[in-house]
Amino acid sequence: MIPENRPSRLKYFTSGIILENPILILMIGLCPTLATSVTAQDGLGMGIAASFVLICSNFVISLIRKIIPSSIRIPIFIIIISSFVTIIDYVLQAFEPGLYQVLGVFVPLIVVNCIILGRAEAFAYHHGIIDSILDALGKAVGFTLVIVLMGIIREFFSAGTIFGAIVTPAGFRQSPVLFMIFPPGAFLLIGILKSIVNRLNENKGK
Amino acid sequence: MHISPAKLFLAAFLINNILLMRFIGLCPFFGVSTSVSTATGMSVAVMFVMLLSSLVTWVLFHGILLPLGLVFLRTAVFILVIASLVQFVEMALKKYIHSLYSAMGIYLPLITTNCAILGVTFLNIDYKFNPLQATIFAVGTGLGFALVIILFATIRERLADAPISKSFKGYPIAFVAASLLSLAFMGFTGLFGISL
Repeated sequence: MIPENRPSRLKYFTSGIILENPILILMIGLCPTLATSVTAQDGLGMGIAASFVLICSNFVISLIRKIIPSSIRIPIFIIIISSFVTIIDYVLQAFEPGLYQVLGVFVPLIVVNCIILGRAEAFAYHHGIIDSILDALGKAVGFTLVIVLMGIIREFFSAGTIFGAIVTPAGFRQSPVLFMIFPPGAFLLIGILKSIVNRLNENKGK
Repeated sequence: MHISPAKLFLAAFLINNILLMRFIGLCPFFGVSTSVSTATGMSVAVMFVMLLSSLVTWVLFHGILLPLGLVFLRTAVFILVIASLVQFVEMALKKYIHSLYSAMGIYLPLITTNCAILGVTFLNIDYKFNPLQATIFAVGTGLGFALVIILFATIRERLADAPISKSFKGYPIAFVAASLLSLAFMGFTGLFGISL
């Protein structure tokens, strides 16, 4: 309301991208990040699907937060979130059947993505609509950025392409680092990314 | 789906291990695997609820949602059923079997949003299992969850005292350890020609 509040409002958005990145700092929402980042495109698809649910559910919950009794708020959050998950489930099935096939069980599993329920409980239930949307946008961008980054790295090493575009010499593509396409590669990659984040935080502390 | 019970069990237990191969249920995998005792308590709770909710959701899906053409309500119904089931189990254990309640009571509320439970109930439907297969799948998956999370907890108990460079302390080294464990489990791929 007051002009002094403006910068802090924008902070709800920016904090989600780096300082409170849901995956690399808060370490929540790991399952879809590791499972659907085999290629950059799959990662982007998952990021957009989860972002849609996160933003919509944050919006609706903050819209009706005054009439939700606090004793049954969690079931209500779950119903709201699962409605949006059902929507995205059917939209993907109709318009992106290939992507839907790849994401598989992880589309309905968006409903138990800790980021979404976590933001509903910790933020949207206590804040206004605009703040909640900004917060959801920030977290959504932070989530999507990390999952796409992992997708880019894994796709680069395992297929020699990025978003399907060829970026490596033919020799590399004939014998790529197939390890990165499999689960162990995903675990290793997120471990390395997390250690880099830790290192950066250490240096900042000094 | 045509697959022999023994093969289905092995597939759920080792070959397509829910944590290391499918990446479902990673939050408790990293969250409660810091000591063997918490990992054991969590696994018991997960195995119990997984079996129960698999049966209940299977009956609901094939008995109510499918005949009435309400398949689109699957996500909402399953998560609500699991949430209320967990509440119910918690109350029943507290009243009747107190020893079991003290062993897994504190883990039960965490299970509601555990993707492993919901994931198995969806997979039961997606693979078109019959009730017997769904039961075997749920038991095998639950045991696979327990095996991996307890193995991982023993590794992490060692890691806690190991000299690790500062930036790898905590989560990063746990991820690297999980990567190696997962690499070991990849060795089961194609065992007895089972694929799911």
